[in-house]
Amino acid sequence: MVAALSGDGAAYHHLLKLLTPHLRAYFARRLHVGAEAEDLVQETLIAIHTKRASYDTAQPFTAWLHAIARYKLIDHLRKSGIRKTVALEEAGAITAESDSDAAEAARDVEQLLATLPAAKRALLRQVKLDGLSTAEAAAATGMSESAVKVGVHRSLQALMKRIGVKP
Amino acid sequence: MKTESLIARLAADTAPIEKPAAVFAKGLGGGIAVAFLLVWSVLGFRHDMLHAMAVWGYWAKFAYTLALAIAGFVIVERLARPGTEAGHRILLVAAAFALAATGALAQWLSAPDAQHAKLFFGGSWRVCVPLIVLVSLPIFVGVIAALRQLAPTRPIAAGAAAGLLAGAAGAFVYGFHCNESALIFVSIWYSAGIAAMTAIGALTGRWLLRW
Repeated sequence: MVAALSGDGAAYHHLLKLLTPHLRAYFARRLHVGAEAEDLVQETLIAIHTKRASYDTAQPFTAWLHAIARYKLIDHLRKSGIRKTVALEEAGAITAESDSDAAEAARDVEQLLATLPAAKRALLRQVKLDGLSTAEAAAATGMSESAVKVGVHRSLQALMKRIGVKP
Repeated sequence: MKTESLIARLAADTAPIEKPAAVFAKGLGGGIAVAFLLVWSVLGFRHDMLHAMAVWGYWAKFAYTLALAIAGFVIVERLARPGTEAGHRILLVAAAFALAATGALAQWLSAPDAQHAKLFFGGSWRVCVPLIVLVSLPIFVGVIAALRQLAPTRPIAAGAAAGLLAGAAGAFVYGFHCNESALIFVSIWYSAGIAAMTAIGALTGRWLLRW
């Protein structure tokens, strides 16, 4: 978004493409009508564009984006007559539940994993994310079972240290 | 229209967009200019300006309204952007009012009883609130116009903040006409005028700030 604001059309195009599936999931989950959800995706994309000056580059982009999507959703619900009595200011509870937490957690994990050397990263992914047993991982990597255990343990410790958790 | 082609069209428009600072400068600057014009042409500046400058209450009045206007601006600036909160900035408003109220209380306690009514009502308490609202209106229009260019996602709060900013800036401008200098008078009637504008902003924000 920062690049887009300084006039980088290609980066902007990439960003909008990247956001669209997220927005689609966000609206689809709340509306249950595919066509309405797609309309809102487009409305939100237009809002992102016309209101792009309101993005403060010192603030998190996801918070800005989420607030716009939420505003568009509430505006739509009010227009279509659903929940007529819920004022915008009190509607926080409706949308307080985040559907992007899981995605954000997954992204955080990937970013953390990227800080490990390749071999350790692959091992940790197999055992902790893909659900392989120690024996399976040992067979796959050609290491001994105890070497797998030690490797996984050390990698986890290294990651915990990186995010400041005392083992 | 297909979402993909919409994205392509939006991405093709890389023209620089007006920065929020410029948007606010225009709306607020234009509004304050009109407010000054209004005070100058309709109400007239007070005649004893030079004489009044020697009294500290004259400066306190401007300091108070200026402080509230600054507090209003930093809140409006936050609420104009999605995903940000006014947060502790609201305390600035409380701090400015508490300071003025403390000064007013000190003035009340140190003044002889016979003076109290004069300090409280001054000579213009009846017109003070409506005139502050009147002078504030052009500023309110300017701030709302600026907000509409940006993206307030909490229209009632943003409207109230716009009213606070406009009311405080309007009271500042009105101070050039009004010849009251007692801090008691200012902290009651000026505050009431600013509060009235804040309420007007909160009530109308929902309709004025839709996008």
